[in-house]
Amino acid sequence: MPQSAAARSERRAERSLGALSSLVLVLITAMCLFVLLKAWPSFSHNGPMWFGWGGNVDDQLAAIFNSPANPAKWDYTIRTWPILYATALLTIVSVGIGIVISTLAAVFIVEFAPPSVKRIVSPVVRLLAAVPSVIYGLIGILVLVPFVGNHLISEGRKGSVTFVVQLSGASLGVAVVILTLMITPIMIAIIADALRAVPNGWKEGALALGANRWRVMWTVVVRTARPAIVAAAVIAAARAIGEGIMLAMVSGSVGFAPNPLDGITFVFEPLRPYAATIVDNAEGLSVKPFGQTIYAMAAILLFASLMLSLGGTLAKRPLRKYGVRL
Amino acid sequence: MSTSSRPDVVHRRGKDTVKSWPLADRIAYYACWAVGIGLCLVAASLILFMLNKGLQYVSLDLIFSNPAVGSDQSQTGGFLAPLLGTFILTLLGTIIAIPLGVGTAVWIVEYGRPARLARAVESGIEVVAGTPSIVLGIFGLLLFSNGIFAFMSFRALGGAVGGRSFLTAGVMMSFIALPLIFTSTREALQQVPAQVREASYALGKTKWSTIRKVLIPTARPGILTGTALGMGRIAGDTAIVVILLGATMQIEKVGSAPLVSTLRGSGSTLTSYVYNNSPAGEGNAPQKAYAAAFVLLLLVLALNFGIDLLSRRTKKEIV
Repeated sequence: MPQSAAARSERRAERSLGALSSLVLVLITAMCLFVLLKAWPSFSHNGPMWFGWGGNVDDQLAAIFNSPANPAKWDYTIRTWPILYATALLTIVSVGIGIVISTLAAVFIVEFAPPSVKRIVSPVVRLLAAVPSVIYGLIGILVLVPFVGNHLISEGRKGSVTFVVQLSGASLGVAVVILTLMITPIMIAIIADALRAVPNGWKEGALALGANRWRVMWTVVVRTARPAIVAAAVIAAARAIGEGIMLAMVSGSVGFAPNPLDGITFVFEPLRPYAATIVDNAEGLSVKPFGQTIYAMAAILLFASLMLSLGGTLAKRPLRKYGVRL
Repeated sequence: MSTSSRPDVVHRRGKDTVKSWPLADRIAYYACWAVGIGLCLVAASLILFMLNKGLQYVSLDLIFSNPAVGSDQSQTGGFLAPLLGTFILTLLGTIIAIPLGVGTAVWIVEYGRPARLARAVESGIEVVAGTPSIVLGIFGLLLFSNGIFAFMSFRALGGAVGGRSFLTAGVMMSFIALPLIFTSTREALQQVPAQVREASYALGKTKWSTIRKVLIPTARPGILTGTALGMGRIAGDTAIVVILLGATMQIEKVGSAPLVSTLRGSGSTLTSYVYNNSPAGEGNAPQKAYAAAFVLLLLVLALNFGIDLLSRRTKKEIV
């Protein structure tokens, strides 16, 4: 019976493709399990104070790294508030600036740019998205950081905080500028796609009612595409939270929480988010308690990116009704 | 009279010039232009800066000599090993990612049963796309340090498994390329008209042979685009290399089998070379870093140019 043999091989094909596809789910489950199990001692020793403040986080990391050999005496005490704060600060500020820039840029590309300009701007956006993060980091650390350190921070300003932190130029300001530059191209692409998907009739209707082109874009098209802007922000936030290499290069790599009350100095203060902490300390992973602490930070990143993926899916749902799939 | 009123309408529409807009709208309009021009200026200065530094520091000597230990930049050699590392790792990651990505996309679009599993897989891929590469790298280290994966890397004298090798890094890199390959394959498959499938069935072909002989060839430009995007992402990633490839100076082979020894060994890529030669890494050699970054940028831009050509050609074919 060749018919049933064919049917059987059909079923086999479907099953094996399904199994192949399910590998992704296995990977995610394994990732969550492995990382959480490895990270557990660090969380359970500190409790909620893992996220708290107190002491110098860099000194605490050094103490954990130099734990005695006896497992019973391993040091786990860590208060990661400065790192958590740095991660949140960098992500929120650069995504906030990124939303404004990328919405304007997307409107420009979709509506205002003449075709000749459009032919230049679209590849430029793709180019900026394709540049590897390490190149951004290299330009940051070799060009922007020395420039800021030598020309923008006065000696008096350096002296004013010298007992708390050294201002070298590697700072919140430089990190935010480069991070924003890195995430805007992704946001522009998503928002521009959504703007293009808004039905032309709606635009023409508003134009016919006498609204000018900016008003039409702002009140009709951008408003319709709001879910896409949220989705873009979420995806950009995931990128910003996970960016380790570039930030390890330009953020100063000091476990310090910049204080907004310092005025302008705030912008020049160094900091270090979770991802950069992992990059900086990758050498010490084989020291058991230290490795567990670093994996705890990875668990936080993993949790945050899971939540952001969920948020992104929810944010994109309203767009389905316009037939936009991102 | 209707003929005379029509030019009138056209004329009034033409009068909606920016100058007649309210001030706030004009400011917004010019802000759009400023952002657009600003992005172009940033990109241009970035490219020109890298071109300047690259032409200044890149030499054939640098490309064709291996890194060496030295006290200053004239002695530390070139970046042949990292360049080879980039090629090996990119190739390896893509080879693993293509069957995974294409297979998943085919299953989602053509079968997709049970529906709940299909939805879970789709969101799973989105989760992988959103996972920071540093987390993928550090998870890979944890996973491949297990005894059963000893064949992929090396086993130290004490019995501990290193977990760092081209193979392990390649597996994790494939998950960076997977979402891109999956998405563009899915788009391409969804664009294949239903008649094409029906025609194939009408000729007596089974579903599986329709997929192999009709759908995948039709979707090939989409698969290629996704692959090129994925290759660019792999070539540009640093975190996984630093953590999972070891970022050693040379390609350190493990064992004696000709190809396998390289794959099981650790090494470095252009990205980790740039990182290690920047002031943030150990060997502070900015000239070498600029030179390697320039070569890396050229590779990535060439890939991008390829994608542009590809998408232009496919658009012509479809429309």
